[in-house]
Amino acid sequence: MTDDLATVPPAGADRARPDDAAGSDDAAGPVARVTAPPTPSAAARTTERVIGLLALVGTAATVWLGIWVTPPDKVQGDLVRLVYIHPGVAWVALYLAFGLAAVSSLLYLWPRTRSLFWDRLAAAAVEVGVVFNVCTLVSGSIWGKPTWGVWWAWDARLTSTAVLLVLFLGYLALRRVPAEPEVRARRSAFVALFAAVDIPIIHFSVNWWNTLHQGATVLNANLSPTIHGSMAWTLLLGFVALTLVFVWMLLVRYRIGALEDWLAANELDLALAERQAEGGPPPAAPPGSGPVDGVPTDRVGVA
Amino acid sequence: MAPVALPPSAVSLRDAVALAGRFPLLAGVDLEVAVGETVLVEGPNGAGKTSLLRVCAGLVPLTSGHLSVLGLDPTRHRVGVRRRVGLLSHASHLYDDLTVRENVRFAVRAAGGDVGRIEPALDRWGLVGRLAKTSAGKLSAGQRRRVALAVLTARWPELWLLDEPHAGLDASARALLDQAVREAASSGVTVLIASHEAGPVEDLASRAVTVTGGRVAAERRLTAASDEAAAPAPAPADDSDPDVDVDVDPVVPEQGRVAHVA
Amino acid sequence: MWRDAALVAGKDLRIEGRSRVALSQVAPFGIVALVLFAFALGPDRQIMAKGAPGLFWVAVLFCTVLAIQRSVSVESSDGARDGLRLSGIDPAGLYLGKAVAVAAQLVVLEALLAVGVVLLYGARIEVPWMIAASCVLGTIGLAATGTLYGALSSGLRVRETLLPFLLLPIAAPVLLAGTRIWQAAMAGGTPSAGSQWLKLLVVFDAVYLAIGVVLFGPIQETA
Repeated sequence: MTDDLATVPPAGADRARPDDAAGSDDAAGPVARVTAPPTPSAAARTTERVIGLLALVGTAATVWLGIWVTPPDKVQGDLVRLVYIHPGVAWVALYLAFGLAAVSSLLYLWPRTRSLFWDRLAAAAVEVGVVFNVCTLVSGSIWGKPTWGVWWAWDARLTSTAVLLVLFLGYLALRRVPAEPEVRARRSAFVALFAAVDIPIIHFSVNWWNTLHQGATVLNANLSPTIHGSMAWTLLLGFVALTLVFVWMLLVRYRIGALEDWLAANELDLALAERQAEGGPPPAAPPGSGPVDGVPTDRVGVA
Repeated sequence: MAPVALPPSAVSLRDAVALAGRFPLLAGVDLEVAVGETVLVEGPNGAGKTSLLRVCAGLVPLTSGHLSVLGLDPTRHRVGVRRRVGLLSHASHLYDDLTVRENVRFAVRAAGGDVGRIEPALDRWGLVGRLAKTSAGKLSAGQRRRVALAVLTARWPELWLLDEPHAGLDASARALLDQAVREAASSGVTVLIASHEAGPVEDLASRAVTVTGGRVAAERRLTAASDEAAAPAPAPADDSDPDVDVDVDPVVPEQGRVAHVA
Repeated sequence: MWRDAALVAGKDLRIEGRSRVALSQVAPFGIVALVLFAFALGPDRQIMAKGAPGLFWVAVLFCTVLAIQRSVSVESSDGARDGLRLSGIDPAGLYLGKAVAVAAQLVVLEALLAVGVVLLYGARIEVPWMIAASCVLGTIGLAATGTLYGALSSGLRVRETLLPFLLLPIAAPVLLAGTRIWQAAMAGGTPSAGSQWLKLLVVFDAVYLAIGVVLFGPIQETA
């Protein structure tokens, strides 16, 4: 008879990112240890700084080029300068952030790649994505008012963006509900997955909704005028700069998330120690050797 | 001396840690229960007895450590384990709008049990006549317990996990319960009974483990129970194995943590 | 799986038969919603008739939220949810059973609301089979997604406020499609206009039913 033993990796032993140097404990069993907080390695910190710097420079350059250097459009005038921002933030919010969140959630749910890293990444992506999403809607609205005459139009792209925003907010609302990290991660991952499936369906629906409706003026959501020369380069720079901004915010948010989880996990180790103390001193401990498994006593451990 | 194949264990826990949020329900439990054993799990309130049973039922996943129930991993063979395990918990899992009979029917059918055993089980626990047609919402706590017990005896799973089974039962029901447990034990069912009042239950069990602070702190043999209940019924007397000692506790040899108090 | 689904569906419907919540609480709420819409849109019957399809489906969505809440709360009596898990019932069967029970209740509600819309708003239906088809397919979609989200939020104390927020955006395609099909049915236009939306509903239903059947087990263990 094979004894199918369930071997479960201990709490906190998620696959650490290379820059989560200290702090991930990998020992088995219930020995309580308060570990050091996850401090990013020097390489990670430099990367973050560099990306942040590049993002700043890129955005500044885009703004400078966009406002002063590139020419205004024949039809739209100065309003066209929004083309350097709006499609960029839209790309980040709708594809980069959302796609990253969806893929990360999937990777979290997949047993072989299950790791809280993906959950934290998805959550960070969604949060930053919300910011970019709102920017998309606002910039689109600002652009639309003079162009179309209305603050809002029910075309496929805008509507899908709005629905995505609501779904993002739902995801974040769900994460606020107190729960252990694994439970919260699974729940959030499921919600992200369902939302990911729904967005294409909504996009198609709204598209049909508009085009099949007799008598409605089909508003051209694609506001980009003809792009040439310096405008094209600025547009490209804008995309790159905004992507860098997203990445930088993602890294920072991820790091904060890791710290939050570390804080919560350490509460667990202390609780573990207290719980064990309830039953009296741990059994069969030779005098003077500290915690049961012979872990060196210089670790802050059993109360 | 021919090596004796260790009898399979019904429940095997090693270094089990289970969490609820940030709170450790179990903080490193080691326990081996052989098939057919009846074990009493005692300890003060909040010690982790209920959590231990819920872990064995597969309701609460382990955060770390090893667990094997009836030879299977509860997280990987969920349905397989649950169909063969019966948990009697504080809640009775009844639907208030359904009658007693409908509740038992549903519970037994959901667990893949034999429908033919339902009526005898209802009879056994006195859930007959008008009572059987009463909505579960109108029952007293003791009656609800009886319904849950009816489901258990109708299903007759291989492993019984009873959480404070005597609580809320009147004297006649307690007698019925003791009888049911004895019947189960003699038919080879493994029974784990959690109770903080050890008195009435000691007669049924062969062994008692004490749980405090989320771990197993002590064990003791209970002399009242018959030895046949302590170990799985051995093969009919066989001269080729003169060294088989029926009283040996089938603990895996390298388990160092369990402290046997004679 | 099918046996377990039938078992669970039967159980839920029997409970509904006893407690009559859908009939005595959700249905009147739907009617009240229709009346409120009428107040909101003013006495001009033409506007109400034009808006009838959309209003019908919004009312259905509200009723869906209530029906799902009820379906979930049935399991919270006396730890019944744990009981279902302990029995080792097939999670896919459990999902389908609950979805079927909700769908059955919704179909009855929709019939009632449809009658209400015809009477109250003066809507005129030219192509009844499209109405029926949209209701059936839409109901399946709503029940499938609703049961899924109900399970996700079943353990949470903030379920009452969170469930609508999570569910309704996901159900938006049903609203869109249902409304368009009704409009086509009322206009008496060519079936092709509506059939495209019917296909969308079929895809939506298939996708979410598949998701539910596959993922309901893991979801159950999470909540």
